[in-house]
Amino acid sequence: MTGPQWMDEEAGPLVRPYALTGGRARHSGAKLDLITMVTTTGSPRDVPGIGPEQRRILEIARRGASVADIASDIDLPLGVVRVLIGDLHDLGLVDVRAPGKVAPLPSERILKEVINGLRAL
Amino acid sequence: MAFAPSEEPVALKILVAGGFGVGKTTLVGAISEIRPLRTEEVLSDRGVDVDDTDGVEGKTTTTVAMDFGRITIREGLVVYLFGTPGQERFWFMWDELSYGALGAVVLADTRRLTDCFPSIDYFEQRGTPFIVAVNCFDGADRHEPEDVRIALDLDPDVPVLLCDVRRRASAKVVLVTLVEHALKMLTAAQR
Repeated sequence: MTGPQWMDEEAGPLVRPYALTGGRARHSGAKLDLITMVTTTGSPRDVPGIGPEQRRILEIARRGASVADIASDIDLPLGVVRVLIGDLHDLGLVDVRAPGKVAPLPSERILKEVINGLRAL
Repeated sequence: MAFAPSEEPVALKILVAGGFGVGKTTLVGAISEIRPLRTEEVLSDRGVDVDDTDGVEGKTTTTVAMDFGRITIREGLVVYLFGTPGQERFWFMWDELSYGALGAVVLADTRRLTDCFPSIDYFEQRGTPFIVAVNCFDGADRHEPEDVRIALDLDPDVPVLLCDVRRRASAKVVLVTLVEHALKMLTAAQR
Protein backbone atom coordinates (compact mmCIF):
# COMPACT_ATOMS: atom_id res chain seq x y z
CA MET A 1 0.00 0.00 0.00
CA THR A 2 1.41 3.35 -0.97
CA GLY A 3 -1.16 5.71 0.49
CA PRO A 4 -0.42 7.95 3.46
CA GLN A 5 0.62 5.95 6.48
CA TRP A 6 -1.82 7.07 9.15
CA MET A 7 -0.58 4.84 11.92
CA ASP A 8 2.95 5.27 13.15
CA GLU A 9 4.67 5.34 16.52
CA GLU A 10 3.00 8.69 17.22
CA ALA A 11 -0.41 7.07 17.13
CA GLY A 12 0.11 5.67 20.62
CA PRO A 13 -1.60 2.61 22.06
CA LEU A 14 -3.95 0.78 19.73
CA VAL A 15 -6.87 0.69 22.13
CA ARG A 16 -7.70 4.31 22.66
CA PRO A 17 -9.76 5.54 25.59
CA TYR A 18 -12.56 6.65 23.29
CA ALA A 19 -13.07 3.07 22.17
CA LEU A 20 -15.18 2.83 25.33
CA THR A 21 -17.54 5.46 24.00
CA GLY A 22 -17.85 4.09 20.49
CA GLY A 23 -15.63 6.90 19.29
CA ARG A 24 -17.84 9.66 20.57
CA ALA A 25 -15.88 12.54 22.06
CA ARG A 26 -18.87 14.57 23.16
CA HIS A 27 -22.21 13.78 24.59
CA SER A 28 -25.18 15.66 23.24
CA GLY A 29 -27.11 15.70 26.49
CA ALA A 30 -26.60 17.39 29.84
CA LYS A 31 -23.67 19.75 30.24
CA LEU A 32 -21.33 18.17 32.72
CA ASP A 33 -19.05 20.53 34.53
CA LEU A 34 -16.13 19.19 36.55
CA ILE A 35 -18.08 19.70 39.74
CA THR A 36 -21.49 18.65 38.46
CA MET A 37 -22.84 16.20 41.03
CA VAL A 38 -23.83 12.79 39.73
CA THR A 39 -26.08 10.54 41.80
CA THR A 40 -27.11 7.00 40.93
CA THR A 41 -30.85 6.53 40.75
CA GLY A 42 -31.18 3.09 39.23
CA SER A 43 -29.75 -0.32 39.87
CA PRO A 44 -27.07 -1.41 37.38
CA ARG A 45 -28.31 -5.01 37.59
CA ASP A 46 -31.55 -4.03 35.92
CA VAL A 47 -29.88 -2.80 32.78
CA PRO A 48 -28.27 -5.05 30.22
CA GLY A 49 -25.79 -3.62 27.78
CA ILE A 50 -23.90 -1.22 29.99
CA GLY A 51 -20.20 -1.77 30.28
CA PRO A 52 -18.04 -2.44 33.34
CA GLU A 53 -16.85 1.18 33.39
CA GLN A 54 -20.42 2.41 33.58
CA ARG A 55 -21.19 -0.08 36.32
CA ARG A 56 -18.28 1.33 38.27
CA ILE A 57 -19.59 4.84 37.76
CA LEU A 58 -22.98 3.78 39.14
CA GLU A 59 -21.19 2.25 42.10
CA ILE A 60 -19.08 5.37 42.79
CA ALA A 61 -22.03 7.74 42.40
CA ARG A 62 -24.31 5.84 44.73
CA ARG A 63 -23.95 8.51 47.38
CA GLY A 64 -23.28 11.30 44.94
CA ALA A 65 -19.93 12.22 43.41
CA SER A 66 -18.66 15.01 41.21
CA VAL A 67 -17.64 14.36 37.60
CA ALA A 68 -14.02 15.05 38.62
CA ASP A 69 -14.25 12.58 41.52
CA ILE A 70 -15.56 9.89 39.20
CA ALA A 71 -12.94 10.49 36.50
CA SER A 72 -10.20 10.37 39.09
CA ASP A 73 -11.60 7.22 40.74
CA ILE A 74 -11.90 5.18 37.59
CA ASP A 75 -8.73 6.66 36.10
CA LEU A 76 -10.16 7.44 32.70
CA PRO A 77 -9.81 10.70 30.82
CA LEU A 78 -12.39 13.32 31.65
CA GLY A 79 -13.85 13.42 28.15
CA VAL A 80 -14.49 9.69 28.13
CA VAL A 81 -16.09 9.79 31.56
CA ARG A 82 -18.39 12.61 30.46
CA VAL A 83 -19.71 10.57 27.56
CA LEU A 84 -20.25 7.52 29.78
CA ILE A 85 -22.11 9.59 32.39
CA GLY A 86 -24.17 11.21 29.65
CA ASP A 87 -25.28 7.78 28.46
CA LEU A 88 -26.22 6.76 32.00
CA HIS A 89 -28.21 9.96 32.29
CA ASP A 90 -30.07 9.16 29.06
CA LEU A 91 -30.89 5.74 30.48
CA GLY A 92 -32.29 7.38 33.59
CA LEU A 93 -29.74 5.68 35.81
CA VAL A 94 -28.15 8.83 37.18
CA ASP A 95 -29.30 12.22 38.21
CA VAL A 96 -26.99 15.16 37.38
CA ARG A 97 -27.07 18.49 39.10
CA ALA A 98 -25.02 21.43 37.87
CA PRO A 99 -23.32 23.57 40.50
CA GLY A 100 -24.28 27.17 40.94
CA LYS A 101 -27.11 27.07 38.47
CA VAL A 102 -28.92 29.82 40.34
CA ALA A 103 -26.12 32.30 40.94
CA PRO A 104 -22.56 32.45 39.62
CA LEU A 105 -21.26 32.95 43.14
CA PRO A 106 -22.43 31.30 46.31
CA SER A 107 -23.99 33.28 49.10
CA GLU A 108 -22.16 35.39 51.63
CA ARG A 109 -23.10 32.91 54.32
CA ILE A 110 -21.54 29.99 52.43
CA LEU A 111 -18.33 31.92 51.78
CA LYS A 112 -18.01 32.81 55.46
CA GLU A 113 -18.51 29.17 56.30
CA VAL A 114 -15.75 28.22 53.87
CA ILE A 115 -13.37 30.80 55.37
CA ASN A 116 -13.99 29.48 58.87
CA GLY A 117 -13.72 25.90 57.67
CA LEU A 118 -10.39 26.53 55.95
CA ARG A 119 -8.99 28.26 59.01
CA ALA A 120 -9.97 25.28 61.13
CA LEU A 121 -8.21 22.75 58.89
CA MET B 1 -40.09 10.29 44.37
CA ALA B 2 -37.27 11.35 46.65
CA PHE B 3 -37.69 14.13 49.12
CA ALA B 4 -35.52 17.14 48.46
CA PRO B 5 -33.09 17.82 51.30
CA SER B 6 -33.69 21.02 53.20
CA GLU B 7 -30.45 22.38 51.82
CA GLU B 8 -28.83 21.35 48.57
CA PRO B 9 -25.20 20.29 48.79
CA VAL B 10 -22.81 22.98 47.58
CA ALA B 11 -19.64 22.31 45.61
CA LEU B 12 -17.20 25.15 45.04
CA LYS B 13 -14.34 25.32 42.59
CA ILE B 14 -11.05 27.10 43.17
CA LEU B 15 -8.40 27.22 40.48
CA VAL B 16 -4.67 27.25 41.03
CA ALA B 17 -2.99 28.75 37.98
CA GLY B 18 0.50 29.80 37.08
CA GLY B 19 3.52 28.92 35.01
CA PHE B 20 5.17 25.57 34.64
CA GLY B 21 6.91 24.28 37.76
CA VAL B 22 5.77 27.14 39.97
CA GLY B 23 4.38 24.88 42.71
CA LYS B 24 0.73 24.31 41.81
CA THR B 25 0.91 20.61 42.61
CA THR B 26 2.64 21.30 45.91
CA LEU B 27 0.04 23.87 46.93
CA VAL B 28 -2.90 21.59 46.16
CA GLY B 29 -1.15 18.71 47.94
CA ALA B 30 -0.33 20.79 51.03
CA ILE B 31 -3.95 21.55 51.80
CA SER B 32 -6.02 18.70 50.40
CA GLU B 33 -5.99 15.08 49.51
CA ILE B 34 -4.55 15.30 46.04
CA ARG B 35 -5.49 12.96 43.25
CA PRO B 36 -4.58 12.94 39.62
CA LEU B 37 -7.22 13.75 37.07
CA ARG B 38 -6.52 12.92 33.47
CA THR B 39 -7.72 15.12 30.69
CA GLU B 40 -8.65 13.80 27.29
CA GLU B 41 -5.67 15.34 25.60
CA VAL B 42 -3.00 12.77 25.03
CA LEU B 43 0.33 14.48 24.80
CA SER B 44 3.39 13.06 23.17
CA ASP B 45 6.83 12.97 24.76
CA ARG B 46 7.75 15.98 22.70
CA GLY B 47 6.48 18.30 25.39
CA VAL B 48 9.41 17.37 27.58
CA ASP B 49 11.78 19.02 25.18
CA VAL B 50 9.54 21.94 24.36
CA ASP B 51 8.82 23.12 27.90
CA ASP B 52 11.10 25.90 28.90
CA THR B 53 12.54 24.78 32.19
CA ASP B 54 15.18 27.49 32.60
CA GLY B 55 15.17 28.54 36.20
CA VAL B 56 12.98 25.68 37.34
CA GLU B 57 15.64 23.12 38.09
CA GLY B 58 14.24 20.15 39.94
CA LYS B 59 11.25 19.52 37.72
CA THR B 60 12.17 17.54 34.66
CA THR B 61 8.94 15.97 33.49
CA THR B 62 5.66 17.38 32.29
CA THR B 63 2.54 15.91 33.80
CA VAL B 64 -0.48 15.36 31.62
CA ALA B 65 -2.71 15.04 34.66
CA MET B 66 -4.41 17.98 36.30
CA ASP B 67 -4.04 18.34 40.02
CA PHE B 68 -7.30 17.80 41.72
CA GLY B 69 -7.87 18.24 45.43
CA ARG B 70 -10.92 18.08 47.61
CA ILE B 71 -11.54 19.78 50.94
CA THR B 72 -14.66 18.86 52.84
CA ILE B 73 -15.75 21.84 54.92
CA ARG B 74 -18.76 19.96 56.27
CA GLU B 75 -21.24 17.47 54.95
CA GLY B 76 -22.81 19.11 51.93
CA LEU B 77 -20.11 21.76 51.48
CA VAL B 78 -17.06 20.76 49.49
CA VAL B 79 -14.30 22.85 47.96
CA TYR B 80 -12.58 21.42 44.91
CA LEU B 81 -9.14 22.62 43.90
CA PHE B 82 -7.94 22.34 40.33
CA GLY B 83 -4.36 22.98 39.42
CA THR B 84 -4.71 24.28 35.90
CA PRO B 85 -1.95 23.39 33.53
CA GLY B 86 0.19 26.44 32.96
CA GLN B 87 1.49 25.74 29.50
CA GLU B 88 -0.06 27.51 26.57
CA ARG B 89 -1.19 24.32 24.91
CA PHE B 90 -3.69 23.80 27.73
CA TRP B 91 -5.45 27.12 27.34
CA PHE B 92 -8.38 25.55 25.55
CA MET B 93 -9.35 24.05 28.89
CA TRP B 94 -9.49 27.28 30.79
CA ASP B 95 -12.98 28.35 29.81
CA GLU B 96 -14.39 25.20 31.19
CA LEU B 97 -12.23 25.23 34.27
CA SER B 98 -13.08 28.78 35.17
CA TYR B 99 -16.81 28.40 34.54
CA GLY B 100 -18.54 28.87 37.86
CA ALA B 101 -15.25 29.09 39.74
CA LEU B 102 -15.28 30.88 43.05
CA GLY B 103 -11.87 32.32 42.30
CA ALA B 104 -8.30 31.64 41.35
CA VAL B 105 -4.90 31.65 42.97
CA VAL B 106 -2.23 32.79 40.52
CA LEU B 107 1.04 31.36 41.75
CA ALA B 108 4.06 33.42 40.81
CA ASP B 109 7.78 32.73 40.83
CA THR B 110 9.78 35.96 40.97
CA ARG B 111 12.47 34.44 38.75
CA ARG B 112 9.90 34.00 36.00
CA LEU B 113 7.27 36.59 36.76
CA THR B 114 6.15 36.94 33.15
CA ASP B 115 4.88 33.35 33.26
CA CYS B 116 1.82 34.46 35.18
CA PHE B 117 0.83 37.30 32.82
CA PRO B 118 -1.51 35.10 30.76
CA SER B 119 -3.34 33.83 33.85
CA ILE B 120 -3.76 37.33 35.20
CA ASP B 121 -5.03 38.67 31.87
CA TYR B 122 -7.45 35.82 31.62
CA PHE B 123 -9.00 36.23 35.08
CA GLU B 124 -9.10 40.02 34.79
CA GLN B 125 -11.03 39.76 31.53
CA ARG B 126 -13.48 37.24 32.91
CA GLY B 127 -14.01 39.09 36.16
CA THR B 128 -13.01 35.98 38.14
CA PRO B 129 -11.80 36.98 41.62
CA PHE B 130 -8.09 36.17 41.90
CA ILE B 131 -5.11 36.75 44.13
CA VAL B 132 -1.41 36.54 43.38
CA ALA B 133 0.60 34.29 45.70
CA VAL B 134 4.37 34.61 45.31
CA ASN B 135 5.96 31.28 46.07
CA CYS B 136 9.25 31.86 47.88
CA PHE B 137 11.61 29.33 46.38
CA ASP B 138 14.87 28.44 48.02
CA GLY B 139 17.61 30.39 46.35
CA ALA B 140 15.34 33.02 44.82
CA ASP B 141 15.60 36.62 45.93
CA ARG B 142 12.73 37.65 48.12
CA HIS B 143 10.61 40.46 46.80
CA GLU B 144 8.17 42.66 48.60
CA PRO B 145 4.54 42.05 47.56
CA GLU B 146 4.28 45.69 46.50
CA ASP B 147 7.19 45.28 44.06
CA VAL B 148 5.41 42.29 42.56
CA ARG B 149 2.18 44.27 42.29
CA ILE B 150 3.95 47.00 40.35
CA ALA B 151 5.82 44.55 38.14
CA LEU B 152 2.56 42.78 37.27
CA ASP B 153 0.62 46.04 36.95
CA LEU B 154 -2.10 44.74 39.23
CA ASP B 155 -5.21 46.52 40.34
CA PRO B 156 -4.83 47.91 43.89
CA ASP B 157 -7.70 45.67 45.02
CA VAL B 158 -5.99 42.43 44.05
CA PRO B 159 -4.35 40.85 47.09
CA VAL B 160 -0.68 39.92 46.70
CA LEU B 161 1.02 37.78 49.30
CA LEU B 162 4.20 35.81 49.82
CA CYS B 163 3.86 32.12 50.56
CA ASP B 164 5.69 28.86 50.90
CA VAL B 165 3.42 26.32 49.27
CA ARG B 166 5.20 23.41 50.93
CA ARG B 167 3.78 24.50 54.26
CA ARG B 168 0.19 23.65 55.02
CA ALA B 169 -0.27 26.73 57.20
CA SER B 170 0.92 28.94 54.36
CA ALA B 171 -1.32 27.19 51.83
CA LYS B 172 -4.24 27.75 54.20
CA VAL B 173 -3.54 31.49 54.37
CA VAL B 174 -3.45 31.60 50.56
CA LEU B 175 -6.87 29.98 50.23
CA VAL B 176 -8.43 32.02 53.03
CA THR B 177 -7.11 35.21 51.38
CA LEU B 178 -8.75 34.20 48.11
CA VAL B 179 -12.13 33.36 49.62
CA GLU B 180 -12.08 36.59 51.63
CA HIS B 181 -11.34 38.48 48.44
CA ALA B 182 -14.19 36.71 46.63
CA LEU B 183 -16.49 37.59 49.52
CA LYS B 184 -15.42 41.22 49.34
CA MET B 185 -16.14 41.31 45.60
CA LEU B 186 -19.51 39.69 46.19
CA THR B 187 -20.58 42.17 48.83
CA ALA B 188 -19.28 45.08 46.74
CA ALA B 189 -21.34 43.87 43.78
CA GLN B 190 -24.46 43.64 45.94
CA ARG B 191 -24.20 47.23 47.07
